[in-house]
Amino acid sequence: MPPSPTRRPVELEVNGVRHACDLDPRTTVLDALREHLDLTGSKKGCDHGQCGACTVLVDGRRTNSCLVLAVAAEGSSITTIEGLGSEEILHPVQEAFLEHDAFQCGYCTPGQICSAVGMLDEASRGWPSVVSDDLVDPGVLDPDEIRERMSGNLCRCGAYVNIVTAVAAVDA
Amino acid sequence: MRPFAYERAGSLDEAVGLLDRADVPTRLLAGGTNLVDLLKLDVETPELLVDVNHLGLDRIESTAAGGLLVGATVRNSDLAADLRVREQYPVLARALLSAASGQIRNVATTGGNLLQRTRCVYFMDATKPCNKRVPGSGCPAVEGASRELGVLGTSSSCIATHPGDMAVALAVLDAVVHYVTVDGAATLPIGDLHRLPGDAPELDTTLPAGAIITAVEIPPLAFSATSTYRKARDRRSYAFALASVAAAIDVDGDEVRDVRLALGGVSARPWRAHVAEELLRGAPATSDSFHAAAEAELAAATPTDENRFKIDLVTRLVTGTLLELTGSVR
Repeated sequence: MPPSPTRRPVELEVNGVRHACDLDPRTTVLDALREHLDLTGSKKGCDHGQCGACTVLVDGRRTNSCLVLAVAAEGSSITTIEGLGSEEILHPVQEAFLEHDAFQCGYCTPGQICSAVGMLDEASRGWPSVVSDDLVDPGVLDPDEIRERMSGNLCRCGAYVNIVTAVAAVDA
Repeated sequence: MRPFAYERAGSLDEAVGLLDRADVPTRLLAGGTNLVDLLKLDVETPELLVDVNHLGLDRIESTAAGGLLVGATVRNSDLAADLRVREQYPVLARALLSAASGQIRNVATTGGNLLQRTRCVYFMDATKPCNKRVPGSGCPAVEGASRELGVLGTSSSCIATHPGDMAVALAVLDAVVHYVTVDGAATLPIGDLHRLPGDAPELDTTLPAGAIITAVEIPPLAFSATSTYRKARDRRSYAFALASVAAAIDVDGDEVRDVRLALGGVSARPWRAHVAEELLRGAPATSDSFHAAAEAELAAATPTDENRFKIDLVTRLVTGTLLELTGSVR
C-alpha cells in the first residue's frame, strides 16, 4: 500500500542553512521558499517553467524552482537570491545589474541574476550553446551567446539590452 | 493539483518493485520538468510518484563497440556538454541545446525527455476533450487549433506530435532504449519506442506497463561527425519546433554514399525519413536531389489547413540542412 498523501517532514538546505519543514508532497521548491521559509526573493511569474522568475541554484545549477517538488529536493543544496551576496557585499552579478541599469520593475531580476550566475559558470566550463559555431571550443560570450543562454528568463519591461550589457560586463 | 504520495526509490530493484506493487495510478518522477507542469494542470493525476533520480543511472559510458551508453537520469545539459557527444554526435548536441532553456536542460533527463507528453493545446487543457487524455472524448484539434500539430502518421482520433528534439537526433543515430520491468531487462530500437496514434492515441509508447528506462545506447556511426540539427520555430530560442530536421550524411565526391534523416514536430514519433534516404543513396549531392527526396518523403502528408505550411517548411529545412552538411564538415 502506498503511503497516504499527507504532509511529511522535509529537510531543505537553503543558503547554507538547514530547515526542517512539514510539507504536502505537492509543494514546489518555489512555494516552500516563499510560503514556508519567508524567502520571497524568488518570484512566481508563470509557475510553469516558462518565464524564469523563480530561478534558483540547486547544487550550483540554475533551476526553475516552480518545477521542482520540495520533497524531491531533499538532500540538495539550494541557493536563492538572498544567499548570493550580503547587503554589505553584493554578488558581482548584482553589482553589474545596478551599474548597468539592467531592470525596470525588478520582478524578474532575482531570477535573471541567479540564471546569469549559473550561466556564467556553465560558460566557464566550456559548455557550448546552440548558437556556438564550434561545439568543442565555443569561444567568447558575445551578445548573441548571452541572449541565447539567457532565453529562459523573460522580462516584461524589456530590459534585455541592459541585461545583456550587465552579464557581458561580469564575464569581461 | 490532486493529492499524491511520494516515494523515493533507493535502487532500481526498489523502483521496479514499487511500480509492480502499486495499486493506484503511478508515475515515475525524474527531472519533472514536464510532469510537475502537467500535475499543476490536472492533466496528469497520479496518486503515487516514484522518484527515480537516485538509482545510479546518471553516467555516460563509452561502449566496447565505440558508441555511448547514456544513463536514463543523465541531464540534458550534461549530455550536450559531454566532449564525446560534441565531437562525434553534433546532431545530438545541437538537438539538446536547441531544446527548452538552460534551466530546464539542467534538470530534464534522458529517459524523461523521451517520455515527455505532447504540447497539443487540447491535451494540455483538462477542460477540453482529448482522445489522448480521455480516450473516446474526441479530438477538437483536427478541426481546431492545429498549426503546431502533426502532418505525418496522424489519424482521425489524434494529430498530436512528439514535441522533443533529442529523440529526433537519436532516431538518425539508431539509438537503442534499454529498460527493465519486473520480468527483467530488455531493449527497444528508438524507432519502435513512440507509437503512431491509430485508434489508441492514449498510448504514447510501446513500453510495457511497469517499465523503467535505464539507458539509451548510441551505436557508433562512421559519418556521425558530419551531422547536425536544424529547428524552425516561432521565436528564435526557447520554443518547440514547428518542424525540425536531424541529418547525417556521407558524401563521396559529388555523390551521396549514405545518409540518415529524421523529422521532428511533424508526427507522434520522431519521423525517420526512410523514403528520402533511399532516394538519396547514390544520388548526386545537389540541392535538386535533396529537395526531390524531401518532397517524396512528404508525399504521404495529411495536413490540416492550418499546418499545411509544414510541408514546404520541412522540404526547405531538409534541403538547407543537407546543403550545409555537404558544403562544410562541421
